[in-house]
Amino acid sequence: MSNDPTHQFLVNKIVPIEIGGIDFSFTNASLFMVATVGAAAGFLYLTTSQRGLIPNRMQSVSEMSYEFIASMLREGAGSGGMKFFPMVFSLFMFILTANLLGMFPYFFTITSQIIVTFALALFVIGTVILYGFYKHGFGFLKLFVPHGVPGVLLPLVVAIEIISFLSRPISLSVRLFANMLAGHITLKVFAGFVTSLSALGALGIGGAILPLIMTVAITGLEFLVCFLQAYVFAVLTCMYLNDAVHPGSH
Amino acid sequence: MFVTAAYAQQSTTTEGAEAHDAAAAGEVHTETGVAHEGEAGSGVFPPFDSTHFASQLLWLAITFGLFYILMSKVIIPRIGGILETRHDRIAQDLDEASRLKGEADAAIASYEQDLATAKSKGHKIADDARESAKAKANADRTAVEADLAKKISAAEDRIADIKAKALADVGAIAEETATAVVKQLIGGTVTKAEITAAVKASAGN
Repeated sequence: MSNDPTHQFLVNKIVPIEIGGIDFSFTNASLFMVATVGAAAGFLYLTTSQRGLIPNRMQSVSEMSYEFIASMLREGAGSGGMKFFPMVFSLFMFILTANLLGMFPYFFTITSQIIVTFALALFVIGTVILYGFYKHGFGFLKLFVPHGVPGVLLPLVVAIEIISFLSRPISLSVRLFANMLAGHITLKVFAGFVTSLSALGALGIGGAILPLIMTVAITGLEFLVCFLQAYVFAVLTCMYLNDAVHPGSH
Repeated sequence: MFVTAAYAQQSTTTEGAEAHDAAAAGEVHTETGVAHEGEAGSGVFPPFDSTHFASQLLWLAITFGLFYILMSKVIIPRIGGILETRHDRIAQDLDEASRLKGEADAAIASYEQDLATAKSKGHKIADDARESAKAKANADRTAVEADLAKKISAAEDRIADIKAKALADVGAIAEETATAVVKQLIGGTVTKAEITAAVKASAGN
Protein backbone atom coordinates (compact mmCIF):
# COMPACT_ATOMS: atom_id res chain seq x y z
CA MET A 1 0.00 0.00 0.00
CA SER A 2 2.66 2.50 0.99
CA ASN A 3 4.77 1.39 -1.95
CA ASP A 4 1.95 1.99 -4.38
CA PRO A 5 3.17 4.92 -6.48
CA THR A 6 -0.37 6.09 -7.15
CA HIS A 7 -1.30 6.21 -3.51
CA GLN A 8 -0.06 9.80 -3.28
CA PHE A 9 -2.76 10.93 -5.70
CA LEU A 10 -5.64 9.60 -3.62
CA VAL A 11 -8.19 12.15 -2.61
CA ASN A 12 -9.39 11.81 0.96
CA LYS A 13 -12.27 13.60 2.55
CA ILE A 14 -11.38 15.79 5.47
CA VAL A 15 -14.70 17.53 6.06
CA PRO A 16 -17.56 15.74 4.31
CA ILE A 17 -19.95 18.22 2.72
CA GLU A 18 -22.88 17.20 0.60
CA ILE A 19 -25.15 19.68 -1.13
CA GLY A 20 -28.13 18.45 -3.11
CA GLY A 21 -26.80 14.93 -3.23
CA ILE A 22 -23.51 16.05 -4.77
CA ASP A 23 -20.30 15.48 -2.85
CA PHE A 24 -18.57 18.80 -2.21
CA SER A 25 -16.38 17.51 0.61
CA PHE A 26 -13.38 19.47 1.76
CA THR A 27 -10.64 17.02 0.76
CA ASN A 28 -6.89 16.94 1.00
CA ALA A 29 -6.89 18.36 -2.54
CA SER A 30 -9.04 21.25 -1.33
CA LEU A 31 -6.69 21.73 1.59
CA PHE A 32 -3.73 22.07 -0.76
CA MET A 33 -5.64 24.43 -3.01
CA VAL A 34 -6.16 26.61 0.03
CA ALA A 35 -2.49 26.15 0.97
CA THR A 36 -1.42 27.10 -2.57
CA VAL A 37 -3.48 30.27 -2.49
CA GLY A 38 -2.26 31.04 1.02
CA ALA A 39 1.40 30.47 0.16
CA ALA A 40 1.37 32.33 -3.15
CA ALA A 41 -0.74 35.27 -2.04
CA GLY A 42 1.02 35.42 1.34
CA PHE A 43 4.44 35.46 -0.29
CA LEU A 44 3.49 38.16 -2.77
CA TYR A 45 1.71 40.18 -0.10
CA LEU A 46 4.40 40.04 2.57
CA THR A 47 7.38 40.55 0.28
CA THR A 48 5.88 43.67 -1.24
CA SER A 49 4.54 45.15 1.99
CA GLN A 50 7.56 47.44 2.40
CA ARG A 51 7.12 48.90 -1.09
CA GLY A 52 10.83 49.54 -1.13
CA LEU A 53 12.17 51.84 -3.79
CA ILE A 54 15.25 49.66 -3.74
CA PRO A 55 13.89 46.12 -3.45
CA ASN A 56 15.32 43.57 -1.09
CA ARG A 57 15.81 40.02 -2.36
CA MET A 58 12.34 38.75 -1.62
CA GLN A 59 10.66 41.82 -3.04
CA SER A 60 12.67 41.52 -6.22
CA VAL A 61 11.47 37.91 -6.58
CA SER A 62 7.89 39.18 -6.59
CA GLU A 63 8.77 42.01 -8.95
CA MET A 64 10.62 39.65 -11.25
CA SER A 65 7.65 37.31 -11.50
CA TYR A 66 5.44 40.32 -12.25
CA GLU A 67 7.72 41.63 -14.97
CA PHE A 68 8.35 38.13 -16.31
CA ILE A 69 4.65 37.55 -16.90
CA ALA A 70 4.08 41.11 -18.10
CA SER A 71 6.77 40.85 -20.77
CA MET A 72 5.61 37.35 -21.72
CA LEU A 73 2.06 38.59 -22.22
CA ARG A 74 3.17 41.71 -24.08
CA GLU A 75 5.29 39.66 -26.46
CA GLY A 76 2.64 36.97 -26.85
CA ALA A 77 -0.53 39.00 -27.20
CA GLY A 78 0.63 42.58 -27.68
CA SER A 79 -0.40 45.53 -25.56
CA GLY A 80 -4.05 44.74 -26.31
CA GLY A 81 -3.63 41.55 -24.30
CA MET A 82 -2.49 43.35 -21.17
CA LYS A 83 -6.03 43.43 -19.82
CA PHE A 84 -5.60 39.69 -19.25
CA PHE A 85 -2.53 40.26 -17.10
CA PRO A 86 -4.26 39.44 -13.77
CA MET A 87 -5.53 36.20 -15.29
CA VAL A 88 -2.19 35.02 -16.68
CA PHE A 89 -0.34 36.14 -13.57
CA SER A 90 -2.82 34.31 -11.31
CA LEU A 91 -2.62 31.17 -13.43
CA PHE A 92 1.16 31.18 -13.47
CA MET A 93 1.56 31.83 -9.76
CA PHE A 94 -1.15 29.34 -8.84
CA ILE A 95 0.28 26.53 -10.97
CA LEU A 96 3.86 27.26 -10.01
CA THR A 97 3.06 27.32 -6.30
CA ALA A 98 0.91 24.21 -6.56
CA ASN A 99 3.70 22.38 -8.42
CA LEU A 100 6.34 23.46 -5.92
CA LEU A 101 4.21 22.61 -2.90
CA GLY A 102 3.73 19.18 -4.41
CA MET A 103 7.49 18.64 -4.19
CA PHE A 104 7.30 18.44 -0.41
CA PRO A 105 7.11 14.83 0.78
CA TYR A 106 3.60 13.79 1.87
CA PHE A 107 2.14 16.90 0.26
CA PHE A 108 -0.65 16.55 -2.24
CA THR A 109 -0.03 17.78 -5.78
CA ILE A 110 -3.23 19.36 -7.01
CA THR A 111 -1.90 19.79 -10.54
CA SER A 112 -1.62 16.02 -10.80
CA GLN A 113 -5.41 15.89 -10.90
CA ILE A 114 -6.68 15.92 -14.49
CA ILE A 115 -9.89 17.62 -13.45
CA VAL A 116 -7.98 20.53 -11.93
CA THR A 117 -5.74 21.10 -14.95
CA PHE A 118 -8.66 20.57 -17.29
CA ALA A 119 -10.71 23.14 -15.42
CA LEU A 120 -7.85 25.63 -15.64
CA ALA A 121 -7.45 24.92 -19.37
CA LEU A 122 -11.18 25.33 -19.94
CA PHE A 123 -11.02 28.62 -18.05
CA VAL A 124 -8.35 29.79 -20.51
CA ILE A 125 -10.10 28.55 -23.64
CA GLY A 126 -13.46 29.79 -22.37
CA THR A 127 -11.98 33.23 -21.86
CA VAL A 128 -10.48 33.13 -25.36
CA ILE A 129 -13.79 32.16 -26.96
CA LEU A 130 -15.95 34.55 -24.96
CA TYR A 131 -13.62 37.50 -25.39
CA GLY A 132 -13.05 36.68 -29.06
CA PHE A 133 -16.75 36.71 -29.87
CA TYR A 134 -17.42 39.68 -27.58
CA LYS A 135 -14.70 41.75 -29.20
CA HIS A 136 -14.87 40.67 -32.84
CA GLY A 137 -18.29 39.07 -33.21
CA PHE A 138 -18.23 36.55 -36.04
CA GLY A 139 -14.95 38.06 -37.18
CA PHE A 140 -13.44 35.84 -34.51
CA LEU A 141 -14.06 32.91 -36.83
CA LYS A 142 -11.40 34.31 -39.16
CA LEU A 143 -9.11 32.56 -36.72
CA PHE A 144 -9.90 29.34 -38.56
CA VAL A 145 -9.23 30.78 -42.02
CA PRO A 146 -5.52 31.46 -42.47
CA HIS A 147 -4.45 33.99 -45.09
CA GLY A 148 -3.01 33.00 -48.43
CA VAL A 149 -4.33 29.46 -48.60
CA PRO A 150 -5.48 28.30 -52.08
CA GLY A 151 -9.23 27.84 -52.34
CA VAL A 152 -8.94 24.14 -53.04
CA LEU A 153 -7.11 23.50 -49.79
CA LEU A 154 -9.25 25.84 -47.72
CA PRO A 155 -11.83 23.31 -46.41
CA LEU A 156 -9.05 20.98 -45.37
CA VAL A 157 -7.04 23.74 -43.68
CA VAL A 158 -10.11 25.09 -41.90
CA ALA A 159 -10.94 21.61 -40.65
CA ILE A 160 -7.40 21.20 -39.36
CA GLU A 161 -7.52 24.61 -37.69
CA ILE A 162 -10.78 23.77 -35.95
CA ILE A 163 -9.49 20.43 -34.76
CA SER A 164 -6.29 22.01 -33.46
CA PHE A 165 -8.34 24.67 -31.68
CA LEU A 166 -10.56 22.07 -30.06
CA SER A 167 -7.61 20.01 -28.97
CA ARG A 168 -6.05 22.97 -27.19
CA PRO A 169 -7.80 22.54 -23.83
CA ILE A 170 -6.93 18.85 -23.90
CA SER A 171 -3.28 19.33 -24.75
CA LEU A 172 -2.98 22.22 -22.31
CA SER A 173 -4.43 20.27 -19.42
CA VAL A 174 -2.92 16.87 -20.21
CA ARG A 175 0.57 18.36 -20.60
CA LEU A 176 0.60 19.79 -17.11
CA PHE A 177 -1.22 16.88 -15.53
CA ALA A 178 0.92 14.17 -17.16
CA ASN A 179 4.18 15.93 -16.35
CA MET A 180 3.34 16.27 -12.69
CA LEU A 181 1.88 12.80 -12.45
CA ALA A 182 4.73 11.06 -14.24
CA GLY A 183 7.36 12.97 -12.30
CA HIS A 184 5.87 12.06 -8.95
CA ILE A 185 5.37 8.44 -9.92
CA THR A 186 8.98 8.21 -11.12
CA LEU A 187 10.23 9.72 -7.91
CA LYS A 188 8.13 7.35 -5.86
CA VAL A 189 9.26 4.31 -7.85
CA PHE A 190 12.94 5.14 -7.56
CA ALA A 191 12.62 5.98 -3.88
CA GLY A 192 10.76 2.67 -3.47
CA PHE A 193 13.73 0.87 -5.06
CA VAL A 194 15.99 2.39 -2.42
CA THR A 195 13.94 1.05 0.47
CA SER A 196 13.21 -2.35 -1.03
CA LEU A 197 16.84 -2.92 -2.11
CA SER A 198 18.28 -1.86 1.22
CA ALA A 199 16.08 -4.44 2.88
CA LEU A 200 18.10 -7.14 1.10
CA GLY A 201 21.23 -6.85 3.23
CA ALA A 202 24.70 -5.45 2.55
CA LEU A 203 24.66 -6.09 -1.20
CA GLY A 204 21.26 -4.52 -1.47
CA ILE A 205 22.39 -1.39 0.35
CA GLY A 206 25.26 -1.10 -2.14
CA GLY A 207 22.85 -1.55 -4.99
CA ALA A 208 20.49 1.02 -3.54
CA ILE A 209 23.03 3.78 -4.11
CA LEU A 210 22.20 3.98 -7.80
CA PRO A 211 18.44 4.56 -7.36
CA LEU A 212 19.26 6.96 -4.52
CA ILE A 213 21.39 9.06 -6.86
CA MET A 214 18.62 8.82 -9.44
CA THR A 215 16.08 9.99 -6.86
CA VAL A 216 18.19 13.02 -6.01
CA ALA A 217 18.75 13.81 -9.68
CA ILE A 218 15.09 13.38 -10.56
CA THR A 219 14.12 15.59 -7.64
CA GLY A 220 16.24 18.33 -9.15
CA LEU A 221 14.73 17.68 -12.55
CA GLU A 222 11.26 17.81 -11.04
CA PHE A 223 11.87 21.28 -9.65
CA LEU A 224 12.79 22.32 -13.17
CA VAL A 225 9.66 20.65 -14.53
CA CYS A 226 7.55 22.43 -11.89
CA PHE A 227 8.72 25.79 -13.13
CA LEU A 228 8.77 24.80 -16.78
CA GLN A 229 5.21 23.51 -16.81
CA ALA A 230 3.90 26.63 -15.13
CA TYR A 231 5.86 28.65 -17.68
CA VAL A 232 4.58 26.59 -20.61
CA PHE A 233 1.02 26.91 -19.38
CA ALA A 234 1.40 30.68 -19.11
CA VAL A 235 3.08 31.02 -22.51
CA LEU A 236 0.40 28.97 -24.23
CA THR A 237 -2.26 31.00 -22.44
CA CYS A 238 -0.66 34.15 -23.87
CA MET A 239 -0.61 32.63 -27.36
CA TYR A 240 -4.25 31.60 -27.16
CA LEU A 241 -5.22 35.02 -25.82
CA ASN A 242 -3.42 36.50 -28.81
CA ASP A 243 -5.90 34.67 -31.01
CA ALA A 244 -8.73 36.29 -29.09
CA VAL A 245 -7.19 39.76 -29.33
CA HIS A 246 -5.98 39.52 -32.94
CA PRO A 247 -7.87 36.77 -34.76
CA GLY A 248 -6.73 36.04 -38.29
CA SER A 249 -3.35 37.63 -37.77
CA HIS A 250 -1.33 34.44 -37.91
CA MET B 1 -4.11 -0.97 -14.73
CA PHE B 2 -4.51 0.05 -18.32
CA VAL B 3 -8.06 -1.16 -18.31
CA THR B 4 -8.68 0.92 -15.26
CA ALA B 5 -7.13 3.98 -16.76
CA ALA B 6 -8.99 3.54 -19.99
CA TYR B 7 -12.23 3.00 -18.16
CA ALA B 8 -11.65 5.99 -15.98
CA GLN B 9 -10.88 8.08 -19.02
CA GLN B 10 -14.10 6.93 -20.57
CA SER B 11 -16.00 7.73 -17.44
CA THR B 12 -14.28 11.10 -17.40
CA THR B 13 -15.45 11.96 -20.85
CA THR B 14 -18.92 10.57 -20.54
CA GLU B 15 -19.79 11.33 -16.99
CA GLY B 16 -17.19 13.79 -15.80
CA ALA B 17 -18.83 16.78 -17.38
CA GLU B 18 -22.14 16.29 -15.70
CA ALA B 19 -22.23 16.37 -11.96
CA HIS B 20 -23.31 12.87 -11.12
CA ASP B 21 -24.24 11.85 -7.67
CA ALA B 22 -22.08 9.90 -5.33
CA ALA B 23 -24.24 6.80 -5.47
CA ALA B 24 -23.67 6.27 -9.17
CA ALA B 25 -19.97 6.87 -8.78
CA GLY B 26 -19.82 4.41 -5.92
CA GLU B 27 -21.40 1.80 -8.12
CA VAL B 28 -18.77 2.32 -10.78
CA HIS B 29 -16.04 1.93 -8.25
CA THR B 30 -17.38 -1.26 -6.79
CA GLU B 31 -17.36 -2.74 -10.25
CA THR B 32 -13.80 -1.76 -11.01
CA GLY B 33 -12.77 -2.55 -7.46
CA VAL B 34 -13.90 -6.11 -7.99
CA ALA B 35 -12.01 -6.36 -11.23
CA HIS B 36 -8.79 -5.14 -9.63
CA GLU B 37 -8.73 -6.44 -6.13
CA GLY B 38 -5.78 -5.45 -4.02
CA GLU B 39 -5.35 -2.07 -5.60
CA ALA B 40 -5.31 0.93 -3.36
CA GLY B 41 -8.42 2.92 -2.71
CA SER B 42 -11.44 2.52 -4.85
CA GLY B 43 -9.44 0.79 -7.56
CA VAL B 44 -9.74 3.60 -10.10
CA PHE B 45 -6.48 5.26 -10.99
CA PRO B 46 -6.75 8.10 -8.45
CA PRO B 47 -6.38 11.13 -10.77
CA PHE B 48 -9.18 9.76 -12.93
CA ASP B 49 -11.42 8.97 -9.98
CA SER B 50 -14.52 10.94 -10.81
CA THR B 51 -15.95 10.61 -7.30
CA HIS B 52 -14.31 13.81 -6.21
CA PHE B 53 -14.57 15.79 -9.44
CA ALA B 54 -17.46 17.90 -8.19
CA SER B 55 -15.68 18.71 -4.97
CA GLN B 56 -12.41 19.44 -6.80
CA LEU B 57 -14.14 21.77 -9.21
CA LEU B 58 -15.98 23.59 -6.45
CA TRP B 59 -12.92 24.08 -4.31
CA LEU B 60 -10.78 25.01 -7.28
CA ALA B 61 -13.38 27.61 -8.25
CA ILE B 62 -13.45 28.97 -4.71
CA THR B 63 -9.69 29.02 -4.15
CA PHE B 64 -8.65 30.13 -7.62
CA GLY B 65 -11.42 32.72 -7.68
CA LEU B 66 -10.21 34.08 -4.37
CA PHE B 67 -6.64 34.02 -5.62
CA TYR B 68 -7.62 35.84 -8.81
CA ILE B 69 -9.43 38.53 -6.84
CA LEU B 70 -6.51 38.91 -4.45
CA MET B 71 -4.10 39.21 -7.36
CA SER B 72 -6.13 41.67 -9.39
CA LYS B 73 -7.25 43.84 -6.47
CA VAL B 74 -4.26 43.81 -4.14
CA ILE B 75 -1.04 42.29 -5.42
CA ILE B 76 -0.90 43.48 -9.01
CA PRO B 77 -1.80 47.12 -8.27
CA ARG B 78 0.74 47.06 -5.48
CA ILE B 79 3.65 45.63 -7.49
CA GLY B 80 2.65 47.76 -10.46
CA GLY B 81 2.67 50.78 -8.18
CA ILE B 82 6.10 49.92 -6.81
CA LEU B 83 7.51 49.49 -10.30
CA GLU B 84 5.89 52.68 -11.54
CA THR B 85 7.18 54.67 -8.59
CA ARG B 86 10.66 53.36 -9.25
CA HIS B 87 10.34 54.06 -12.96
CA ASP B 88 9.18 57.61 -12.26
CA ARG B 89 11.93 58.12 -9.74
CA ILE B 90 14.59 56.93 -12.17
CA ALA B 91 13.17 59.14 -14.92
CA GLN B 92 13.11 62.05 -12.49
CA ASP B 93 16.70 61.41 -11.45
CA LEU B 94 17.74 61.18 -15.09
CA ASP B 95 15.99 64.46 -15.81
CA GLU B 96 17.71 66.04 -12.83
CA ALA B 97 21.06 64.69 -14.00
CA SER B 98 20.56 65.97 -17.53
CA ARG B 99 19.44 69.33 -16.16
CA LEU B 100 22.59 69.54 -14.03
CA LYS B 101 24.67 68.49 -17.00
CA GLY B 102 23.04 71.25 -19.04
CA GLU B 103 23.87 73.73 -16.31
CA ALA B 104 27.46 72.54 -16.20
CA ASP B 105 27.67 72.79 -20.00
CA ALA B 106 26.24 76.29 -19.88
CA ALA B 107 28.74 77.25 -17.19
CA ILE B 108 31.59 75.85 -19.28
CA ALA B 109 30.31 77.68 -22.36
CA SER B 110 30.01 80.99 -20.51
CA TYR B 111 33.47 80.49 -19.00
CA GLU B 112 34.91 79.85 -22.41
CA GLN B 113 33.12 82.85 -23.80
CA ASP B 114 34.48 85.00 -20.99
CA LEU B 115 37.91 83.61 -21.65
CA ALA B 116 37.61 84.41 -25.36
CA THR B 117 36.35 87.92 -24.60
CA ALA B 118 39.19 88.52 -22.19
CA LYS B 119 41.69 87.21 -24.73
CA SER B 120 40.33 89.42 -27.49
CA LYS B 121 40.25 92.37 -25.08
CA GLY B 122 43.86 91.69 -24.16
CA HIS B 123 44.79 91.50 -27.83
CA LYS B 124 42.93 94.73 -28.46
CA ILE B 125 44.69 96.49 -25.60
CA ALA B 126 48.06 95.29 -26.87
CA ASP B 127 47.20 96.33 -30.42
CA ASP B 128 45.96 99.72 -29.23
CA ALA B 129 49.10 100.28 -27.21
CA ARG B 130 51.27 99.30 -30.14
CA GLU B 131 49.27 101.49 -32.53
CA SER B 132 49.32 104.47 -30.22
CA ALA B 133 53.03 104.04 -29.56
CA LYS B 134 53.64 103.83 -33.28
CA ALA B 135 51.45 106.87 -33.94
CA LYS B 136 53.19 108.83 -31.21
CA ALA B 137 56.59 107.86 -32.56
CA ASN B 138 55.48 108.89 -36.05
CA ALA B 139 54.09 112.16 -34.74
CA ASP B 140 57.29 112.85 -32.82
CA ARG B 141 59.36 112.06 -35.86
CA THR B 142 57.28 114.27 -38.13
CA ALA B 143 57.34 117.04 -35.53
CA VAL B 144 61.11 116.74 -35.26
CA GLU B 145 61.40 116.62 -39.06
CA ALA B 146 59.12 119.63 -39.42
CA ASP B 147 61.12 121.45 -36.80
CA LEU B 148 64.34 120.59 -38.54
CA ALA B 149 62.93 121.61 -41.91
CA LYS B 150 61.80 124.88 -40.40
CA LYS B 151 65.23 125.46 -38.91
CA ILE B 152 66.86 124.51 -42.23
CA SER B 153 64.64 126.88 -44.15
CA ALA B 154 65.25 129.61 -41.59
CA ALA B 155 68.95 129.06 -41.93
CA GLU B 156 68.68 129.07 -45.72
CA ASP B 157 66.66 132.26 -45.53
CA ARG B 158 69.27 133.84 -43.40
CA ILE B 159 72.05 132.66 -45.75
CA ALA B 160 70.14 134.01 -48.68
CA ASP B 161 69.55 137.22 -46.80
CA ILE B 162 73.17 137.53 -45.90
CA LYS B 163 74.14 136.61 -49.44
CA ALA B 164 71.79 139.27 -50.87
CA LYS B 165 73.02 141.82 -48.39
CA ALA B 166 76.60 140.92 -49.21
CA LEU B 167 75.83 141.13 -52.90
CA ALA B 168 74.19 144.51 -52.35
CA ASP B 169 77.21 145.64 -50.36
CA VAL B 170 79.41 144.46 -53.23
CA GLY B 171 77.86 147.17 -55.44
CA ALA B 172 78.40 149.85 -52.80
CA ILE B 173 81.95 148.71 -52.21
CA ALA B 174 82.63 148.63 -55.94
CA GLU B 175 81.29 152.17 -56.29
CA GLU B 176 83.42 153.41 -53.42
CA THR B 177 86.40 151.50 -54.72
CA ALA B 178 85.81 152.81 -58.25
CA THR B 179 85.44 156.38 -56.99
CA ALA B 180 88.66 156.04 -54.98
CA VAL B 181 90.46 154.35 -57.91
CA VAL B 182 89.30 157.03 -60.34
CA LYS B 183 90.29 159.76 -57.87
CA GLN B 184 93.76 158.27 -57.47
CA LEU B 185 94.29 157.63 -61.15
CA ILE B 186 92.96 160.67 -62.78
CA GLY B 187 92.64 162.99 -59.88
CA GLY B 188 89.35 164.21 -61.09
CA THR B 189 86.01 163.45 -59.77
CA VAL B 190 83.40 161.37 -61.41
CA THR B 191 79.77 161.82 -60.72
CA LYS B 192 78.15 159.25 -58.59
CA ALA B 193 75.61 158.45 -61.27
CA GLU B 194 78.31 157.67 -63.85
CA ILE B 195 80.08 155.28 -61.47
CA THR B 196 76.92 153.53 -60.54
CA ALA B 197 76.11 153.06 -64.20
CA ALA B 198 79.61 151.76 -64.85
CA VAL B 199 79.45 149.31 -61.92
CA LYS B 200 76.08 148.11 -63.05
CA ALA B 201 77.39 147.63 -66.57
CA SER B 202 80.33 145.59 -65.35
CA ALA B 203 78.21 143.64 -62.92
CA GLY B 204 75.88 142.87 -65.78
CA ASN B 205 78.78 141.31 -67.74
